[in-house]
Amino acid sequence: MENKQLKEIKICTKGLNFFYGDNQALKGINIEILAKKVTALIGPSGCGKSTFLKTLNRMNDLIPEARLEGEIYLDNLNLYNDYDIVELRKKVGMVFQKPNPFPMSIYDNIAYGPRIHGIKNKAVLDQIVESSLQKAALWEEVKDRLKQNALGLSGGQQQRLCIARVLAVEPEVVLMDEPTSALDPLATLKIEDLIQELADNYTIVIVTHNMQQAGRISDYTAFFLHGEIVEYETTSKIFSVPNDKRTEDYITGRFG
Amino acid sequence: MLNKHCKSRIKKLRLNRFWEYIAERTLLLCASAAIVSVLIISVYIFYSGLPIFGKAGFREIVFGTEWKPLEGQFGILPMIIASIITTLGAVALAAFIGLMTAVFLAEIAPAGLAKIVRPAVELLAGIPSVVYGFFSLIVLVPLIDKYLGGGGNSLLAAVIILIMMVLPTIINIAESSLRAVPSEYKEGSLALGASQIQTIFKVQIPAAKSGIIAGIVLGMGRAIGETMAVILVIGNTPQIPTSLLDRARTLTSNIALEMSYAEGLHQEALFATGVVLFIFIMLLNIAVTFLFRKAGEGS
Repeated sequence: MENKQLKEIKICTKGLNFFYGDNQALKGINIEILAKKVTALIGPSGCGKSTFLKTLNRMNDLIPEARLEGEIYLDNLNLYNDYDIVELRKKVGMVFQKPNPFPMSIYDNIAYGPRIHGIKNKAVLDQIVESSLQKAALWEEVKDRLKQNALGLSGGQQQRLCIARVLAVEPEVVLMDEPTSALDPLATLKIEDLIQELADNYTIVIVTHNMQQAGRISDYTAFFLHGEIVEYETTSKIFSVPNDKRTEDYITGRFG
Repeated sequence: MLNKHCKSRIKKLRLNRFWEYIAERTLLLCASAAIVSVLIISVYIFYSGLPIFGKAGFREIVFGTEWKPLEGQFGILPMIIASIITTLGAVALAAFIGLMTAVFLAEIAPAGLAKIVRPAVELLAGIPSVVYGFFSLIVLVPLIDKYLGGGGNSLLAAVIILIMMVLPTIINIAESSLRAVPSEYKEGSLALGASQIQTIFKVQIPAAKSGIIAGIVLGMGRAIGETMAVILVIGNTPQIPTSLLDRARTLTSNIALEMSYAEGLHQEALFATGVVLFIFIMLLNIAVTFLFRKAGEGS
């Protein structure tokens, strides 16, 4: 962790608590997430890792009874006070557990984000659609059927489409909430390769249930348990010599 | 021993199969009731209404502007025009108001307010049409007469009352189809930085399109078929209306007003009105469905 100070901190939280009604889902989370790295959040179901992920682009704002304490900083600006929510979500994109392309054409799915942010020029949109699909390693498979409905794609293609859709609004951070849990092994592999490629240009935070996946693709891993971070370390360290007994028990499959 | 066991098993299976058979037949019978009714009605209307097209001439009936049944003039063009204006006018406005209400109820209204608006809408659906008619005769017609002139009994009064009557259908169906849109679409859109309104109009409404169209088509069926409320306020003069304040007569009111005393050719002409109405409704449904499907593909 010593050399961490030398690297750019993209997101950091200070004493972050989160409540669903009376139920506290996050307890005093302090974490520094580094720019252009893949950070994996692991832990058993209900440990708060998805809740934490959703606070980072304020998707939890939709939940009526939810309440947040503490501070989150993105590029040293307070996520809740210094950002307009549209600006924030443009900067921090999200890929969901279940692929959720809109029921419209592949082209319109990708162009959706740029269009709402005011881009109307057809040539510009064409360019964005192509480059986003290329970044998401989907262009070759769909370039001849951009006008077809996106719901006709396979699950893996749909998920890459959703990634492309996020990339089209030029985010800096991409949050992924178990993006491969609904996919078959081959499609999962493709997404994992993609995530590693994307890490050259984007900060990626990924929630995963799959320990091997965290080991394969992430640079840093945070282990969540009962709403707290038990351990946050480089992935290689956490998977070889974890500091905490609970981390070791979870990783070796003794619970969870 | 074994044999006996087998026999009782076979007997039981046979009995099961028998009940399966009975259940299937019952379902089929019930399903047929609707189809048979439609068939009988269609056949009867066409059987009674078609001959006069031969006797009085198709053009003279459909494009004739004079409805003088006792003098042998059976032109129903004025009624066709009145039906088109009232139906399209009412449905166009009701579709807009209804869709906006549905969006409000499904997405925007706080739970408390929705709890008031929704029963109000349901209540609106439960009011008998004669009450609507009576209400507008007493309230609406004098208001129109006072502020716009023309006597009050008018196309406008019919359009307004039809809007009220069609609204609940469109609201209910549009709201439930909006609620049926997977929340993943909404989340995906919001996560891209779209506002709630952008999400509603660019993702949720297009996704609920087929349900919304169904609601509009049903509303249109109700508007064109509504007779009682319309008779009370539209004035019932069989003339081609030149303004919204003119009196007019719709296809349905033509049948309802005269059927009790019509005989011979006159009665046949009323059935012919029914035939035209029948075809008209089918064409409208096809047109609307087609129109919206096209519009949806283009967006």
